[in-house]
Amino acid sequence: MAGLEKKKTAFDDENLSGRSQKLFFDITEEENFTYYGNHDVDFNKRIEIDCENLNGNQLNQKIRDAIRNGYGTVAIKNPGAKHALGVGILNKLNLIFEGSLGYFGVGCIDGPTVRINGRVGWSCAENMMSGKVVVENNAGSCFGAALRGGDLIVKGNAGARTGIDMKGGTILIGGNAGAYTGFMMQRGRIIVCGDVSANMGDSMYDGIIFVGGDPKSLGTDCVEGEMNEHEVRWLEQKFKNAEIQPKVPASKFKKYVAGRMLWNYDNLEPAEKKGILG
Amino acid sequence: MVKNKKTSKKSSLKKKAKKATTSKSNYKVVGGAKLKDKEIKTSREKMIGQHIGYRYDVNLIPDYKKITPFLKKYVDIMGWDDLNWLEDIHMGFEGDNPAVFDRNANAWITLPKKMKLPKDQQDRDMLARELLIKFQMSPDHPLVQLKRTYAKGENFKLVE
Repeated sequence: MAGLEKKKTAFDDENLSGRSQKLFFDITEEENFTYYGNHDVDFNKRIEIDCENLNGNQLNQKIRDAIRNGYGTVAIKNPGAKHALGVGILNKLNLIFEGSLGYFGVGCIDGPTVRINGRVGWSCAENMMSGKVVVENNAGSCFGAALRGGDLIVKGNAGARTGIDMKGGTILIGGNAGAYTGFMMQRGRIIVCGDVSANMGDSMYDGIIFVGGDPKSLGTDCVEGEMNEHEVRWLEQKFKNAEIQPKVPASKFKKYVAGRMLWNYDNLEPAEKKGILG
Repeated sequence: MVKNKKTSKKSSLKKKAKKATTSKSNYKVVGGAKLKDKEIKTSREKMIGQHIGYRYDVNLIPDYKKITPFLKKYVDIMGWDDLNWLEDIHMGFEGDNPAVFDRNANAWITLPKKMKLPKDQQDRDMLARELLIKFQMSPDHPLVQLKRTYAKGENFKLVE
Protein backbone atom coordinates (compact mmCIF):
# COMPACT_ATOMS: atom_id res chain seq x y z
CA MET A 1 0.00 0.00 0.00
CA ALA A 2 1.50 3.27 -1.16
CA GLY A 3 2.39 5.69 1.60
CA LEU A 4 1.34 3.36 4.39
CA GLU A 5 4.03 2.13 6.67
CA LYS A 6 3.28 -0.73 8.99
CA LYS A 7 3.86 0.36 12.56
CA LYS A 8 5.50 -2.02 14.99
CA THR A 9 2.99 -2.80 17.69
CA ALA A 10 2.69 -5.20 20.57
CA PHE A 11 0.67 -7.46 18.29
CA ASP A 12 3.67 -8.19 16.06
CA ASP A 13 5.29 -10.67 18.41
CA GLU A 14 2.11 -11.73 20.10
CA ASN A 15 1.60 -15.42 20.58
CA LEU A 16 -2.10 -15.88 21.03
CA SER A 17 -3.33 -19.16 22.35
CA GLY A 18 -7.09 -19.45 22.46
CA ARG A 19 -8.32 -16.29 24.12
CA SER A 20 -5.19 -15.74 26.22
CA GLN A 21 -3.19 -12.56 26.09
CA LYS A 22 0.46 -12.57 26.84
CA LEU A 23 1.62 -10.34 29.65
CA PHE A 24 2.61 -7.06 28.05
CA PHE A 25 3.75 -5.22 31.12
CA ASP A 26 6.90 -5.56 33.10
CA ILE A 27 6.07 -6.37 36.73
CA THR A 28 8.77 -3.93 37.87
CA GLU A 29 7.53 -0.99 35.80
CA GLU A 30 6.37 2.23 37.45
CA GLU A 31 2.97 2.10 39.17
CA ASN A 32 0.27 3.68 37.02
CA PHE A 33 -3.19 4.18 38.46
CA THR A 34 -4.94 5.75 35.49
CA TYR A 35 -5.16 4.68 31.86
CA TYR A 36 -2.08 5.56 29.86
CA GLY A 37 -2.72 8.78 27.96
CA ASN A 38 -5.43 10.06 30.30
CA HIS A 39 -5.20 13.66 31.49
CA ASP A 40 -3.86 14.34 34.95
CA VAL A 41 -6.44 16.48 36.75
CA ASP A 42 -6.44 18.22 40.12
CA PHE A 43 -9.65 17.84 42.18
CA ASN A 44 -8.94 21.22 43.84
CA LYS A 45 -8.99 23.03 40.49
CA ARG A 46 -12.65 23.96 39.87
CA ILE A 47 -14.54 25.43 36.92
CA GLU A 48 -18.20 26.31 36.43
CA ILE A 49 -19.97 25.96 33.08
CA ASP A 50 -23.38 27.48 32.35
CA CYS A 51 -25.39 25.13 30.17
CA GLU A 52 -28.31 27.48 29.47
CA ASN A 53 -27.32 28.32 25.89
CA LEU A 54 -25.46 25.09 25.13
CA ASN A 55 -26.71 21.86 23.61
CA GLY A 56 -25.50 18.40 24.68
CA ASN A 57 -22.62 18.22 22.22
CA GLN A 58 -21.32 21.65 23.09
CA LEU A 59 -21.45 21.00 26.83
CA ASN A 60 -19.69 17.64 26.51
CA GLN A 61 -16.96 19.30 24.48
CA LYS A 62 -16.54 21.99 27.14
CA ILE A 63 -16.21 19.31 29.84
CA ARG A 64 -13.50 17.57 27.78
CA ASP A 65 -11.69 20.88 27.29
CA ALA A 66 -11.77 21.46 31.06
CA ILE A 67 -10.27 18.00 31.67
CA ARG A 68 -7.59 18.75 29.08
CA ASN A 69 -6.73 21.93 31.00
CA GLY A 70 -6.31 20.00 34.26
CA TYR A 71 -9.60 20.89 36.00
CA GLY A 72 -10.58 18.09 38.38
CA THR A 73 -13.91 19.55 39.52
CA VAL A 74 -16.48 20.73 36.97
CA ALA A 75 -19.83 22.20 38.06
CA ILE A 76 -22.60 22.50 35.48
CA LYS A 77 -25.19 25.24 36.04
CA ASN A 78 -28.67 25.13 34.46
CA PRO A 79 -28.55 21.70 32.82
CA GLY A 80 -32.29 22.17 32.14
CA ALA A 81 -33.05 18.43 31.78
CA LYS A 82 -31.33 18.39 28.39
CA HIS A 83 -30.55 14.98 26.90
CA ALA A 84 -27.19 13.19 26.68
CA LEU A 85 -25.27 15.48 29.01
CA GLY A 86 -21.91 14.39 30.40
CA VAL A 87 -21.56 11.31 28.21
CA GLY A 88 -18.34 9.56 27.22
CA ILE A 89 -16.09 10.86 30.01
CA LEU A 90 -13.18 8.43 30.27
CA ASN A 91 -11.12 10.31 32.84
CA LYS A 92 -11.17 10.69 36.59
CA LEU A 93 -13.20 13.80 37.39
CA ASN A 94 -15.54 15.34 39.93
CA LEU A 95 -18.63 16.35 37.94
CA ILE A 96 -21.52 18.19 39.58
CA PHE A 97 -24.84 18.96 37.87
CA GLU A 98 -26.82 21.72 39.57
CA GLY A 99 -30.17 20.55 38.24
CA SER A 100 -31.86 17.67 36.42
CA LEU A 101 -30.80 15.63 33.41
CA GLY A 102 -32.92 14.37 30.51
CA TYR A 103 -32.53 11.06 28.69
CA PHE A 104 -29.22 9.17 28.49
CA GLY A 105 -27.39 11.36 31.00
CA VAL A 106 -23.78 10.48 31.91
CA GLY A 107 -23.78 7.39 29.66
CA CYS A 108 -20.66 5.42 28.68
CA ILE A 109 -18.47 6.89 31.41
CA ASP A 110 -15.31 5.32 32.78
CA GLY A 111 -13.92 6.84 35.97
CA PRO A 112 -15.67 10.06 37.02
CA THR A 113 -17.58 10.73 40.24
CA VAL A 114 -20.84 12.46 39.32
CA ARG A 115 -23.35 14.15 41.61
CA ILE A 116 -26.71 15.18 40.14
CA ASN A 117 -28.67 17.59 42.34
CA GLY A 118 -31.97 16.83 40.69
CA ARG A 119 -33.63 13.94 38.89
CA VAL A 120 -32.69 11.97 35.78
CA GLY A 121 -34.64 10.71 32.75
CA TRP A 122 -34.46 7.40 30.94
CA SER A 123 -31.29 5.32 30.78
CA CYS A 124 -29.09 7.31 33.10
CA ALA A 125 -25.50 5.99 33.29
CA GLU A 126 -26.14 3.47 30.54
CA ASN A 127 -23.07 1.30 29.84
CA MET A 128 -21.09 2.86 32.68
CA MET A 129 -17.72 1.13 33.09
CA SER A 130 -16.47 2.55 36.38
CA GLY A 131 -16.97 5.52 38.67
CA LYS A 132 -19.75 6.69 40.92
CA VAL A 133 -23.02 8.46 40.08
CA VAL A 134 -25.24 9.87 42.81
CA VAL A 135 -28.75 11.12 41.94
CA GLU A 136 -30.32 13.16 44.72
CA ASN A 137 -33.92 12.78 43.50
CA ASN A 138 -35.78 10.18 41.38
CA ALA A 139 -34.67 8.30 38.26
CA GLY A 140 -36.63 7.30 35.13
CA SER A 141 -36.86 3.95 33.38
CA CYS A 142 -33.88 1.80 32.44
CA PHE A 143 -31.74 3.33 35.16
CA GLY A 144 -28.25 1.82 34.78
CA ALA A 145 -29.10 -0.15 31.64
CA ALA A 146 -26.26 -2.49 30.61
CA LEU A 147 -24.16 -1.26 33.54
CA ARG A 148 -20.73 -2.86 33.52
CA GLY A 149 -19.13 -1.55 36.68
CA GLY A 150 -19.09 1.18 39.30
CA ASP A 151 -21.65 2.45 41.78
CA LEU A 152 -24.95 3.98 40.72
CA ILE A 153 -26.97 5.53 43.52
CA VAL A 154 -30.42 7.12 43.47
CA LYS A 155 -31.76 8.48 46.73
CA GLY A 156 -35.39 8.53 45.56
CA ASN A 157 -37.33 6.03 43.44
CA ALA A 158 -36.29 4.41 40.16
CA GLY A 159 -38.55 3.53 37.21
CA ALA A 160 -39.19 0.28 35.35
CA ARG A 161 -36.47 -2.02 34.01
CA THR A 162 -33.82 -0.67 36.38
CA GLY A 163 -30.55 -2.49 35.77
CA ILE A 164 -31.80 -4.16 32.60
CA ASP A 165 -29.08 -6.34 31.06
CA MET A 166 -26.50 -5.21 33.62
CA LYS A 167 -23.17 -7.02 33.51
CA GLY A 168 -21.57 -5.77 36.69
CA GLY A 169 -21.49 -2.92 39.18
CA THR A 170 -23.87 -1.94 41.95
CA ILE A 171 -27.17 -0.05 41.74
CA LEU A 172 -28.44 1.31 45.04
CA ILE A 173 -32.00 2.67 45.22
CA GLY A 174 -33.04 4.52 48.36
CA GLY A 175 -36.78 4.29 47.57
CA ASN A 176 -38.87 1.92 45.45
CA ALA A 177 -38.11 0.37 42.06
CA GLY A 178 -40.43 -0.26 39.10
CA ALA A 179 -41.49 -3.39 37.24
CA TYR A 180 -38.93 -5.72 35.67
CA THR A 181 -36.12 -4.47 37.91
CA GLY A 182 -33.02 -6.57 37.13
CA PHE A 183 -34.52 -7.82 33.87
CA MET A 184 -32.00 -10.11 32.11
CA MET A 185 -29.23 -9.10 34.49
CA GLN A 186 -26.11 -11.17 34.03
CA ARG A 187 -23.93 -9.99 36.87
CA GLY A 188 -23.67 -7.29 39.50
CA ARG A 189 -25.81 -6.26 42.41
CA ILE A 190 -29.04 -4.26 42.79
CA ILE A 191 -30.04 -3.00 46.23
CA VAL A 192 -33.58 -1.65 46.68
CA CYS A 193 -34.36 -0.22 50.11
CA GLY A 194 -38.11 -0.02 49.45
CA ASP A 195 -40.54 -2.18 47.49
CA VAL A 196 -40.22 -3.51 43.95
CA SER A 197 -43.01 -3.75 41.39
CA ALA A 198 -43.99 -6.84 39.36
CA ASN A 199 -41.67 -9.37 37.73
CA MET A 200 -38.51 -8.55 39.62
CA GLY A 201 -35.39 -10.26 38.22
CA ASP A 202 -37.19 -11.68 35.21
CA SER A 203 -34.90 -13.91 33.10
CA MET A 204 -31.89 -13.07 35.21
CA TYR A 205 -28.83 -15.20 34.49
CA ASP A 206 -26.74 -14.27 37.50
CA GLY A 207 -26.16 -11.47 39.98
CA ILE A 208 -27.91 -10.55 43.22
CA ILE A 209 -30.90 -8.37 44.07
CA PHE A 210 -31.21 -7.23 47.69
CA VAL A 211 -34.63 -5.92 48.72
CA GLY A 212 -35.53 -4.14 51.95
CA GLY A 213 -39.30 -4.11 51.31
CA ASP A 214 -41.30 -6.61 49.27
CA PRO A 215 -41.28 -7.46 45.59
CA LYS A 216 -44.80 -7.56 44.13
CA SER A 217 -43.91 -10.69 42.16
CA LEU A 218 -40.81 -12.52 41.01
CA GLY A 219 -40.04 -12.95 37.31
CA THR A 220 -39.05 -16.18 35.57
CA ASP A 221 -36.00 -17.83 37.14
CA CYS A 222 -35.67 -15.42 40.06
CA VAL A 223 -35.54 -17.20 43.41
CA GLU A 224 -34.89 -16.23 47.01
CA GLY A 225 -31.36 -16.90 48.26
CA GLU A 226 -29.72 -16.97 51.68
CA MET A 227 -27.92 -13.93 53.03
CA ASN A 228 -24.66 -14.38 54.86
CA GLU A 229 -22.97 -12.15 57.44
CA HIS A 230 -20.37 -11.03 54.97
CA GLU A 231 -23.05 -9.68 52.65
CA VAL A 232 -24.78 -7.89 55.53
CA ARG A 233 -21.52 -6.12 56.40
CA TRP A 234 -21.03 -5.18 52.77
CA LEU A 235 -24.58 -3.76 52.57
CA GLU A 236 -24.03 -1.68 55.71
CA GLN A 237 -20.84 -0.27 54.23
CA LYS A 238 -22.63 0.62 50.98
CA PHE A 239 -25.40 2.45 52.88
CA LYS A 240 -22.83 4.36 54.89
CA ASN A 241 -20.87 5.39 51.79
CA ALA A 242 -24.04 6.47 49.96
CA GLU A 243 -25.42 8.29 53.02
CA ILE A 244 -28.68 6.33 52.79
CA GLN A 245 -30.57 5.07 55.83
CA PRO A 246 -33.01 2.30 54.88
CA LYS A 247 -36.16 1.71 56.92
CA VAL A 248 -35.07 -1.82 57.81
CA PRO A 249 -31.57 -2.84 58.95
CA ALA A 250 -29.28 -4.56 56.45
CA SER A 251 -29.73 -7.91 58.22
CA LYS A 252 -33.47 -7.85 57.42
CA PHE A 253 -32.93 -7.41 53.68
CA LYS A 254 -33.94 -10.29 51.42
CA LYS A 255 -31.64 -11.67 48.80
CA TYR A 256 -32.76 -12.87 45.35
CA VAL A 257 -30.62 -14.76 42.86
CA ALA A 258 -31.02 -16.62 39.57
CA GLY A 259 -32.52 -20.11 39.79
CA ARG A 260 -30.30 -21.00 36.82
CA MET A 261 -33.07 -22.94 35.12
CA LEU A 262 -32.66 -20.84 31.99
CA TRP A 263 -29.00 -21.76 31.69
CA ASN A 264 -28.38 -24.04 28.71
CA TYR A 265 -31.94 -23.34 27.64
CA ASP A 266 -31.33 -24.67 24.13
CA ASN A 267 -30.45 -28.11 25.53
CA LEU A 268 -33.83 -28.53 27.19
CA GLU A 269 -36.76 -30.58 25.95
CA PRO A 270 -39.90 -28.60 24.97
CA ALA A 271 -41.73 -29.91 28.05
CA GLU A 272 -38.94 -28.66 30.32
CA LYS A 273 -39.01 -25.24 28.65
CA LYS A 274 -42.75 -25.04 29.29
CA GLY A 275 -42.19 -25.96 32.93
CA ILE A 276 -39.70 -23.15 33.46
CA LEU A 277 -41.73 -20.48 31.73
CA GLY A 278 -44.85 -21.51 33.65
CA MET B 1 -14.53 -63.93 11.97
CA VAL B 2 -15.45 -60.71 10.17
CA LYS B 3 -18.04 -59.93 12.83
CA ASN B 4 -15.44 -60.46 15.57
CA LYS B 5 -13.06 -58.01 13.90
CA LYS B 6 -15.81 -55.43 13.71
CA THR B 7 -16.71 -55.82 17.38
CA SER B 8 -13.07 -55.59 18.45
CA LYS B 9 -12.69 -52.44 16.35
CA LYS B 10 -15.78 -50.97 17.98
CA SER B 11 -14.54 -51.76 21.47
CA SER B 12 -11.13 -50.20 20.74
CA LEU B 13 -12.85 -47.06 19.43
CA LYS B 14 -14.96 -46.91 22.57
CA LYS B 15 -11.82 -47.24 24.69
CA LYS B 16 -10.18 -44.40 22.73
CA ALA B 17 -13.22 -42.19 23.21
CA LYS B 18 -13.17 -42.95 26.91
CA LYS B 19 -9.50 -42.03 27.09
CA ALA B 20 -10.25 -38.69 25.40
CA THR B 21 -12.93 -37.73 27.86
CA THR B 22 -11.52 -39.07 31.13
CA SER B 23 -7.92 -39.06 32.14
CA LYS B 24 -6.14 -40.78 35.04
CA SER B 25 -6.76 -37.82 37.31
CA ASN B 26 -10.51 -38.22 36.84
CA TYR B 27 -10.97 -35.12 34.68
CA LYS B 28 -13.85 -34.73 32.30
CA VAL B 29 -13.50 -32.58 29.18
CA VAL B 30 -16.49 -30.29 28.76
CA GLY B 31 -16.45 -27.68 26.02
CA GLY B 32 -12.69 -27.83 25.78
CA ALA B 33 -12.19 -27.28 29.52
CA LYS B 34 -11.03 -29.95 31.93
CA LEU B 35 -13.44 -30.35 34.78
CA LYS B 36 -13.36 -32.68 37.72
CA ASP B 37 -16.31 -35.07 37.81
CA LYS B 38 -17.06 -34.03 41.32
CA GLU B 39 -17.81 -30.51 40.07
CA ILE B 40 -20.99 -31.83 38.50
CA LYS B 41 -23.03 -31.75 41.67
CA THR B 42 -26.58 -30.59 41.33
CA SER B 43 -29.42 -32.53 39.77
CA ARG B 44 -29.73 -29.77 37.20
CA GLU B 45 -26.07 -30.21 36.20
CA LYS B 46 -26.55 -33.96 36.00
CA MET B 47 -29.59 -33.46 33.78
CA ILE B 48 -27.78 -31.27 31.25
CA GLY B 49 -24.54 -33.23 31.66
CA GLN B 50 -22.28 -30.28 32.19
CA HIS B 51 -21.03 -28.03 34.91
CA ILE B 52 -22.85 -24.73 35.37
CA GLY B 53 -20.71 -21.78 36.22
CA TYR B 54 -17.57 -19.84 35.57
CA ARG B 55 -15.52 -22.14 37.85
CA TYR B 56 -15.55 -19.33 40.38
CA ASP B 57 -18.34 -17.53 42.18
CA VAL B 58 -19.23 -14.37 40.24
CA ASN B 59 -21.47 -13.27 43.09
CA LEU B 60 -18.71 -13.36 45.70
CA ILE B 61 -18.62 -10.00 47.42
CA PRO B 62 -15.12 -8.71 48.28
CA ASP B 63 -13.83 -8.92 51.81
CA TYR B 64 -12.48 -5.45 52.55
CA LYS B 65 -10.33 -6.78 55.38
CA LYS B 66 -8.12 -8.32 52.70
CA ILE B 67 -7.60 -5.21 50.59
CA THR B 68 -3.95 -4.67 49.68
CA PRO B 69 -1.98 -1.37 50.04
CA PHE B 70 -1.73 -1.13 46.24
CA LEU B 71 -5.52 -1.29 45.84
CA LYS B 72 -6.02 1.17 48.72
CA LYS B 73 -3.78 3.64 46.91
CA TYR B 74 -5.73 3.14 43.67
CA VAL B 75 -9.07 3.80 45.40
CA ASP B 76 -7.67 6.96 47.06
CA ILE B 77 -6.30 8.31 43.80
CA MET B 78 -9.61 7.79 42.00
CA GLY B 79 -11.53 9.44 44.85
CA TRP B 80 -13.86 6.49 45.54
CA ASP B 81 -15.00 4.96 48.85
CA ASP B 82 -14.54 1.33 47.87
CA LEU B 83 -13.22 -0.96 45.17
CA ASN B 84 -15.90 0.27 42.74
CA TRP B 85 -15.68 -1.64 39.43
CA LEU B 86 -13.05 -3.97 40.88
CA GLU B 87 -15.75 -5.60 43.01
CA ASP B 88 -16.63 -7.64 39.93
CA ILE B 89 -13.10 -8.85 39.28
CA HIS B 90 -12.29 -12.41 40.31
CA MET B 91 -9.51 -14.86 39.73
CA GLY B 92 -10.80 -17.43 37.29
CA PHE B 93 -9.30 -20.03 34.98
CA GLU B 94 -8.60 -20.29 31.33
CA GLY B 95 -8.28 -24.00 30.73
CA ASP B 96 -6.08 -25.12 33.60
CA ASN B 97 -4.30 -21.80 34.07
CA PRO B 98 -5.35 -19.27 36.67
CA ALA B 99 -6.32 -16.09 34.84
CA VAL B 100 -8.19 -12.82 35.16
CA PHE B 101 -10.54 -11.53 32.48
CA ASP B 102 -9.78 -8.10 31.02
CA ARG B 103 -13.04 -6.63 29.71
CA ASN B 104 -11.15 -3.90 27.80
CA ALA B 105 -9.05 -6.33 25.80
CA ASN B 106 -11.80 -9.01 25.84
CA ALA B 107 -9.26 -11.63 26.81
CA TRP B 108 -7.97 -13.67 29.71
CA ILE B 109 -4.67 -12.64 31.24
CA THR B 110 -2.98 -15.75 32.51
CA LEU B 111 -0.78 -15.71 35.58
CA PRO B 112 2.90 -16.50 35.28
CA LYS B 113 3.34 -20.23 35.94
CA LYS B 114 5.82 -19.66 38.75
CA MET B 115 3.39 -17.55 40.74
CA LYS B 116 1.92 -19.37 43.74
CA LEU B 117 -1.74 -18.78 44.35
CA PRO B 118 -3.09 -18.19 47.85
CA LYS B 119 -5.66 -20.73 49.00
CA ASP B 120 -8.44 -18.34 49.89
CA GLN B 121 -10.55 -17.08 46.97
CA GLN B 122 -10.79 -13.60 48.54
CA ASP B 123 -6.98 -13.34 48.55
CA ARG B 124 -6.87 -14.63 45.00
CA ASP B 125 -9.40 -12.00 43.92
CA MET B 126 -7.31 -9.19 45.43
CA LEU B 127 -4.31 -10.52 43.51
CA ALA B 128 -6.38 -10.60 40.32
CA ARG B 129 -7.45 -6.98 40.87
CA GLU B 130 -3.86 -5.84 41.29
CA LEU B 131 -2.80 -7.72 38.20
CA LEU B 132 -5.61 -6.24 36.14
CA ILE B 133 -4.84 -2.66 37.22
CA LYS B 134 -1.18 -3.19 36.32
CA PHE B 135 -2.16 -4.62 32.95
CA GLN B 136 -4.82 -2.06 32.02
CA MET B 137 -2.83 1.00 33.07
CA SER B 138 0.37 -0.09 31.38
CA PRO B 139 1.59 1.86 28.34
CA ASP B 140 1.97 -1.52 26.65
CA HIS B 141 -1.72 -2.45 26.94
CA PRO B 142 -3.05 -3.55 23.53
CA LEU B 143 -5.68 -0.78 23.51
CA VAL B 144 -2.93 1.84 23.79
CA GLN B 145 -1.30 0.35 20.72
CA LEU B 146 -4.63 0.39 18.90
CA LYS B 147 -5.28 3.99 19.88
CA ARG B 148 -1.79 5.02 18.83
CA THR B 149 -2.30 3.45 15.41
CA TYR B 150 -5.91 4.18 14.60
CA ALA B 151 -7.47 6.91 16.84
CA LYS B 152 -8.80 9.92 14.97
CA GLY B 153 -10.07 13.27 16.20
CA GLU B 154 -8.84 15.63 18.89
CA ASN B 155 -10.97 14.07 21.67
CA PHE B 156 -9.67 10.55 21.26
CA LYS B 157 -6.07 11.24 20.35
CA LEU B 158 -3.55 9.61 22.67
CA VAL B 159 -1.76 12.07 24.96
CA GLU B 160 1.88 11.07 25.25
